[in-house]
Amino acid sequence: MVFPQDITLRAIDLALARGGRRLAQGLSFTLQGGEALVVTGPNGAGKSTFLRVLAGLLAPAAGEVALDGAGVEAPGLAAHYLGHAEALKGALTARENLEFWSAMLEAGHGGLDPDAALGRVALSHAPDLPVSFLSAGQRRRVAICRLLVAPRPLWLLDEPTTALDAASQARLAALMKEHLAAGGLIVAATHGDLGLTARELRLGGES
Amino acid sequence: MRALAALFRRELRLSNRAGGGGAMGVVFFLILVTITPFAIGPDLNLLARIGPAILWIAALLSTLLGLDRLFMSDHEDGSLDLLEMSDAPMELVVLVKCLAHWAVTGLPLVVATPLFGLMLALEGDALWGVAASLAAGTPALTFIGAIGAALTVSLRRGGLLMAILVLPFTVPVLIFGVSAASAASGGTVPFLTPFLILCALSLGSMALAPFAAAAALRSGD
Repeated sequence: MVFPQDITLRAIDLALARGGRRLAQGLSFTLQGGEALVVTGPNGAGKSTFLRVLAGLLAPAAGEVALDGAGVEAPGLAAHYLGHAEALKGALTARENLEFWSAMLEAGHGGLDPDAALGRVALSHAPDLPVSFLSAGQRRRVAICRLLVAPRPLWLLDEPTTALDAASQARLAALMKEHLAAGGLIVAATHGDLGLTARELRLGGES
Repeated sequence: MRALAALFRRELRLSNRAGGGGAMGVVFFLILVTITPFAIGPDLNLLARIGPAILWIAALLSTLLGLDRLFMSDHEDGSLDLLEMSDAPMELVVLVKCLAHWAVTGLPLVVATPLFGLMLALEGDALWGVAASLAAGTPALTFIGAIGAALTVSLRRGGLLMAILVLPFTVPVLIFGVSAASAASGGTVPFLTPFLILCALSLGSMALAPFAAAAALRSGD
């Protein structure tokens, strides 16, 4: 899977608000295909709000977000959002969950088969287990598979390493590097080190 | 199209799996219909006269029973966010979810009604009248309820609030449903008059509710 060359994520004078409180303003950046942006900041600085605004799930308090070159009306339609909630149904098996999201989110083609995707996160033994039997880290890995079964150029990752062990973090880092090498974009909110060379955007802090 | 078919299949699967509560509506319906003769007594004429009304009230309550989970479970586990990010418009997502919900909760009631009607001493014509009126009317209950479910999606204990919001709007459906069912077993009104109004209520709510519910879900957070 290779994404078009000229995909660009632009944020223009973005302001974030949550519950009527201004969290940040004047955020402007441009992210090209193959680049990653790491968002850092203390708790409550607006990292999750920032990602949800980029995904189109929240309206920005001011400014705008655009994704050029991906051929979609709204950035959210070409983006994957991996949030704190995994969007997995406990009663369905890992494979059924992934098959559903693959059909639901697939914009183009060339996504991995669910079994192959589970193999990439070392869960190839678990495709037929109901997700409710999996541990928190394993659920997280199934959620990461969603990024692989339905290729979308922009990955919005909110604390993607939560609950992952060291080996899984390394596998995630490898998957992210592959995504960037294919011309994808990553915006990740994190407190730790993702193992990526990335630009940094710091929210909150002094003010 | 493929996405919506996948969504429909997933909803059916979820309701059939453990904890999905697929059969709960029918069981609740059965319980209500069963206990009514005990409360009213063995007067067969009285039972036959109020039977259609009892079946309709039972259908209304058992439809509302599972409806609060329609969007709430997807909201809680983050699925709703991702559904918003899919190519399929939210209105169609709501429509498909409602149709799947009706297929799991409303349709079994329609199928079970001729059987349960026997317990209320309904005769042949009345049985089919009630079943036909439920088939035409329960979609309206599901779709009107979906608006309430979408409005209360982010509230932890939204179920009761949803019932209070929704019940007044289901009154027309109940009135025309019961009058169609009663007309089938004789009476002054021809069966088709209330039955066609019932169909109109279902079609109207099917056309309007997806837009209302989708708007409520989008402004949810």
